Parts: sequence; structure tokens; C-alpha cells
Amino acid sequence: MLDDFFTRAIVAGIGVAIIAAPLGCFVVWRRLAYFGDTLSHAALLGVALAFLLQFNITLAVFLVCAAVAVGLVLLQRRAGLSSDSLLGLLAHSSLALGLVVLAFMTWIRIDLMGFLFGDILAVSRTDIGIIYLGGLAVLIVLALVWHQLFAATVNRELAEAEGMRPALTNLVFMLLMATVIAISMKIVGVLLITALLIIPAASARRFAAGPEQMALVAAVIGVASVVLGLFGSLTWDTPSGPSIVVASLIFFLISISPLAGLFLRADRAAAGEQS
Amino acid sequence: MLKPTEALVTLENVGLQSSGKWLVRGVDLSIRRGEIVTLIGPNGSGKSTTAKLALGIHAPTEGTARRSNPLSIGYVPQKLAVDWTLPLSVKRFMRLTKRLGDGQVYEALEATGIAELADAEVRTLSGGEFQRAMLARAIAVKPDFLVLDEPVQGVDFSGEIALYELIKTIRDDLDCGILMISHDLHVVMAATDQVICLNGHVCCKGTPDVVAESAEYRALFGDRATASLALYRHKHDHTHLPDGRVLHADGAVMDHGRPDDGHHGHQKDGAALSTDGATEPFSPGKGGH
Repeated sequence: MLDDFFTRAIVAGIGVAIIAAPLGCFVVWRRLAYFGDTLSHAALLGVALAFLLQFNITLAVFLVCAAVAVGLVLLQRRAGLSSDSLLGLLAHSSLALGLVVLAFMTWIRIDLMGFLFGDILAVSRTDIGIIYLGGLAVLIVLALVWHQLFAATVNRELAEAEGMRPALTNLVFMLLMATVIAISMKIVGVLLITALLIIPAASARRFAAGPEQMALVAAVIGVASVVLGLFGSLTWDTPSGPSIVVASLIFFLISISPLAGLFLRADRAAAGEQS
Repeated sequence: MLKPTEALVTLENVGLQSSGKWLVRGVDLSIRRGEIVTLIGPNGSGKSTTAKLALGIHAPTEGTARRSNPLSIGYVPQKLAVDWTLPLSVKRFMRLTKRLGDGQVYEALEATGIAELADAEVRTLSGGEFQRAMLARAIAVKPDFLVLDEPVQGVDFSGEIALYELIKTIRDDLDCGILMISHDLHVVMAATDQVICLNGHVCCKGTPDVVAESAEYRALFGDRATASLALYRHKHDHTHLPDGRVLHADGAVMDHGRPDDGHHGHQKDGAALSTDGATEPFSPGKGGH
């Protein structure tokens, strides 16, 4: 079944959407969209270093993203520049550095567009294995820290006062983000990973009554975006990443339109009848 | 089990420095079971910082902060913003840091009078309802130590009295220690065992009952409120400059306060009408630096 490149792309994409959804909710709740952008831009530096040092790409991207996340936390503690300036600095300088390093390696011919915007043709069985095994690990760790991470998201000091450890949970969260970026890079590309994190989560907001429910709805919307986007990509020969993002944008627009309002009212009426 | 006489939380000469500036310094306080300690003071006087030192959110730069172990803590922070993106019902909010059964959730919500709002989104609550939800959340685990940072902000006056009554009931029922920060410099619960006035340091300490007796207070708020609330005001004999130095009443500017600074311009509420300082000074505790 996995012989067909398109099936492999769909299977890989669905895996990525399911992993990205719950983390994407935290990105939206914690207002970390730009942080996600910074990490994913840094991913290209990871790709460049992987080629330079003959290293596994996914692992290299994870390591660079994790290093950037930790570096950012340390820089923020020392104050000086504001957070958003620091993020911008790190995001674009690591992207630029990655492009420069790649340009120096004239002996390597790589499809840069594939790394920037995703490449469905490039998804191998190994990639699927990495996505599902890595994704399973991410979801298990996330389930373990979910309660603490959510409490720290609502109010960090409250969580800390009542015996939780928000500093540790935040570190775990950053490592999970680095992992998701490393394993989803091939599907959507480094420039669009943040979109896959935040758009399904934002689309899910109006249909969710609780945080856990929002993560589930986001996963469903993410999976639908991947399927719709990849079929679109195949039909019109468009790059896979942007096609998936456009599909998720359509779901977001539906979610904020009066159409969704009708659906919500019907939903509420049904709930009212039950009680 | 803790012995009733053992302090739940003790701060000894604690201070916290942030980017070269002392937010608060030289604070001594201890809270036992069944005790209510109220912190008052102007904005930026270090009330919330002191509470956070007691909670262990901040580690003191100097001095020692001790908490008995184990210590179950309930905290109502001064500010808690719930974003639109966060779907959070009151029921889920109740379970934010602890795993609770439905019984515990409803018991706490009923105690604060908002059981009917259990399924409402936290974001849609009014200021008063939200304060009640935060209080319900903090007491649901039946904590040993309860820290309430301005628990009645945004609550109208009658609601304020009801909440103060409720806090007293909670203290009586749970036999917990309560550290409370008053949002109003002048209004303090009568059930308070000790009032600590902060202004970057401890200006003074004492019991509030002298104040609650005052005829002027009763005239202002009526007899019914007297049992719940006490009112007092005080004058400072020096001003704290933005750079942390101290401007004394005689015009001298010093890096620190003087050893004899008691700040005891504290007066009963009569001072509101007669500001000449003729009234008897409010219980001069062991204030100073």
C-alpha cells in the first residue's frame, strides 16, 4: 500500500497533523506563534549542518531547534532586547545562515524549495516510521505533562505556588516543539510549519468547550486539511505545504463564518434538549 | 499532622532585589493555623512580592523563607487573564492544579455561591463572579495555607462584606492560615489577627480591633459592617523617592530610612476628619527596618 508516493504522503501528513494539533493549541494559548516561526526557520540551519557533517537530517534539525529554544530562554533572562526582537533576530539569522552554508556546499545539489515548502514526492517509508514513532513519543510525553502544562499556561505563578514545576514543563514543551518541527519539516516545509500548528487550533476554538476537546477538534481539522491539501496538490500540481495551509485556511474561514454559527446553534439546541 | 502552634510559613528579614532595586526588604512575618494576616500598603509597596516570597514563587535575595512540609497551598493571584482562545469552563478551572471529584468541586462552588455557574466559560464571568470562582478554586483542596491577593477586587460593597464573611468562615472551617492582601489601604477585615503595613519595608504591625470600635467608622458604614470590616488610615512621616531613597518630613534625603523611623502616623479613623494628629496613635507595633 505504501508503494504509492501519494499514499505515503497522505499517511505521513495525517500523522503530522495529529501531532501538531495539541501542540498547536498550546502555541495559540501561550501566544507563541512567533516562537514557533523562529524554531522552524532555524530548522533550515539544521538541514545545512546535516549536509555539512553527513548527519541525519531529522536529528540535526531537532538539535538545532532545541539549541535555539534554550538559547532564547537564556537570552530572555539576560534581558536587553525585547522578546520579539530576539525572536526576529534568531529566526532570520538562522534562516540566512542556513541558506549561506548550503550555498557554500557547491558539491551538493538539493531541492531547496522542497525544504522551504514541503515535498510530497520525498516522503519515504523511513520518514513515515520517524513521523509515527516520533509522534507517538511526543503524544505520550505531552499526555504526561498536559495537566501541568495547561495549568502553567493559564497562570504560571499560580501553578508554581500550588506545587507544580512550570520551568521544567516549559522546557519539556520546547523540546516537544523542536521534535514536531523536525518530523513535520518534510511535509509542509520550514516556512509553513507554524501555520500547521496554529491554523487548525484557531479553527477549532469555536467548536470546543474545553481545552482537551479543542485539541481533538484541531486534530480532526488538521487531518482534513492535509487530505484536502494533498489532493489539491496532486490535482493542480501545486507544492504540498502551501496547498495544505490553504486548505486549513479554508476551514478557519468556515469556522469564523455565520455558517459555523448555524452549526453551533444546532449543536447547542441539541445539548439543551438532552438536559 | 501539623501542631497547631507550629508556623505554616515564616519569613525572617526577607528581601527581594530585582535589577539592582529592592522591591521589598526586611520583612518578618509568620502565619499559624487559624490565623489571618492582612498586608496593606500603597501601590508598589511590595505586598504581592511579599506574598510571592511566602508562596515560594520568588526566592528571597536575603533572609530566609520557611514553609512547613507538607503544606497544601491555595492561591488567588491578583491578576489572572483568560484569553478568548482558551476554552475554560469554571468546572475545568476548578481542577487546574489538583485532581478533584465532582463533590469537592460543587462543595467549593456552593460555598462561594456560584454553583449555577459551573458550566459557564470563565471568560464570560463578571468581575465579582470571577473572584468567587478563583476563591472556590483555591479552597476546593482544603488548603493548610491560603494566600488571597486582593480577593474582593471588582466586587461591589455588599458582595465585599459577604466575601469577607466567607473568608472568615473558611478560616474557621478549614482551620487554615490565611495571608490576605487588601486592595484598599483603609479597609481591613475585623477577623484579621494581624495587620502588616508595607511600604517597601514593614512600616508597622498590629491588630485592627481598635479601629473597628471607632464611632466614625460606624457612622460611615453602619453597625452591621462593623463586625466584618475595620477601617483605619495612617500618615507616613516620610516619602519614598522613585530611586529608592527616602525623603523625610524635615526635608532630609537619605539612602535608607532612619533607625527611629516608625512611620507611626497611624491614627484611628477620626483622623479622616481631624488631621491634626490629636487622635491617639494606632497600636505602635515593632515596625521599622
